[in-house]
Amino acid sequence: MTSDNTATGSVGVVHPQTARFTAPLTLRSGAVLCGYELVYETYGALNADRSNAVLVCHALNASHHVAGHHAGDPGNTGWWDNMIGPGKPLDTNRFFVIGVNNLGGCHGSTGPSSINPDTGLPWGGDFPVVTVEDWVDAQARLADHLGIERFAAVMGGSLGAMQALAWSIRYPQRLRHSVVIACAPNLSAQNIAFNEVARQAILTDPDFHGGNYQLQNAVPKRGLRVARMVGHITYLSDDEMANKFGRQLKHGKPGYGFDTEFEIESYLRHQGNKFADYFDANTYLRITRALDYFDPAFASGGDLSAALKDVTADLLVVSFTTDWRFSPERSREIVRALLDNRARVTYAEIDAPHGHDAFLLDDPRYHRLVAAYFDRVAAETVAEVQA
Amino acid sequence: MTGANGSQRPDFAAIAQCISRDAHVLDLGCGDGTLLKYLQQSRGVTGYGVEIDDGNVLACVRNGVNVIQSDLERGLAEFADGSFDFVVLSQTLQAMRNTERIVREMLRVGRAGIVTFPNFGHWRNRLQILRGRMPVSDRLPFEWFDTPNIHLCTVADFERFCAERGIRIVSRTVLSDGRPVQALPNLLGELAVYHFSG
Repeated sequence: MTSDNTATGSVGVVHPQTARFTAPLTLRSGAVLCGYELVYETYGALNADRSNAVLVCHALNASHHVAGHHAGDPGNTGWWDNMIGPGKPLDTNRFFVIGVNNLGGCHGSTGPSSINPDTGLPWGGDFPVVTVEDWVDAQARLADHLGIERFAAVMGGSLGAMQALAWSIRYPQRLRHSVVIACAPNLSAQNIAFNEVARQAILTDPDFHGGNYQLQNAVPKRGLRVARMVGHITYLSDDEMANKFGRQLKHGKPGYGFDTEFEIESYLRHQGNKFADYFDANTYLRITRALDYFDPAFASGGDLSAALKDVTADLLVVSFTTDWRFSPERSREIVRALLDNRARVTYAEIDAPHGHDAFLLDDPRYHRLVAAYFDRVAAETVAEVQA
Repeated sequence: MTGANGSQRPDFAAIAQCISRDAHVLDLGCGDGTLLKYLQQSRGVTGYGVEIDDGNVLACVRNGVNVIQSDLERGLAEFADGSFDFVVLSQTLQAMRNTERIVREMLRVGRAGIVTFPNFGHWRNRLQILRGRMPVSDRLPFEWFDTPNIHLCTVADFERFCAERGIRIVSRTVLSDGRPVQALPNLLGELAVYHFSG
């Protein structure tokens, strides 16, 4: 899977693979996907007893391309390359790491831009709404496909962390550890509000065509741009934005118009444009909805402790002090519910200035902690093999 | 915390004696997790440490101890009433700003509490004060201006504190050079270990 380790600590050139599933998958909405494909990458080697696999779940805009780079495209490094690789916190010399593009995604797995076998046309707006639990169910089938009965760990940040948490609830016997970073037990009204603004930007874009824009050879780029701009505001802390951009003017003096006046505008527009060039609007709608719906305590009347009662995995929960999107208080709710169940949990609150985005950055305290945790996971893996 | 340095502290054995096998234990200000690791190995306990310091949280993870990063001064809101058999506060009481609150919190979340603290009434401390200086010793290695120990007390003080609040002392061990002291504990004891309940 992995070849020419060009850079130190990089898994090098990686190759996406596709797994095809023919057994129907019933989604939470009641919709049934009769067949689907998942695109994934793997790094490191699966050991003889298949006990060293770690699943890395992606957040909103990311993909199966977690580490390394694709052949002929050295600039396109994986989204969590600073975390995963030889000698890195999640060390591919010891672990077999899997990244997968979720169902409904736009990086190769079956999603709204795939062909609907019933019509021979792109799914578009007809692609069903998917949930975190649906993703986890699909990931479990990928694990079956790869012959992995039990993961050493399932790991994620933000929406990826919600999947790691859902794994511990839904398939308690299939993972030994869950690494839950910058998570929340559900979205607050404010979180949903931001998502709704983003969705409205897309839904009201004249190029959206009810989700069937592909057939019209259109792309609702304006909507996607605004959606991404709104999202980006929530990923950074107020202080980080002030440090990076402050009130800095793009041209040094006011232009008394509506072009990019302030640096922050320039940054947001840049992020929006970049995003609109590669991301699919239907996917964005569905992923934000998956976030909105995620609420494991819903079935137990809001009682998160009851929702987590069957968790048997050990957990590492990490939050960042300046994350106001999913604040430390939200992680503490998860921790509290785990403590009620006497789960084996460790909780760390990293004092980092970067806001929600901190989970993607390489703060040394954060990375040292994750590395130490995976040392523990690795030691247990060895002990289990010897036993 | 103070004086842990990875080596087993003299109060560990005395603490372990109070703790029943397989108990569920919360260790407040757990430092690098040495005590909990010792209790896991010697008494088969389960439970968590609570630490505020990043370096100590990391050390706990390395020690295989489950730790919750939190500031004790903010109370123990993460922990439900009566959820632990024992709550330990080892050599941290004297550094707490809100002493009474943490003792109450210990008895809220635990069925029993164990505190250990350096006995300020030890004769060497008294001698240094008689000489007109704030005590500095192996147990109290700080100068008056840089000490984290803002609420030092004596064996007699702590017992009065408990009596006034209806806290029942289950057992007391007072140590000097790591050995239990029987006579004149407030004068000869360097380190006090109290097991108490509400």
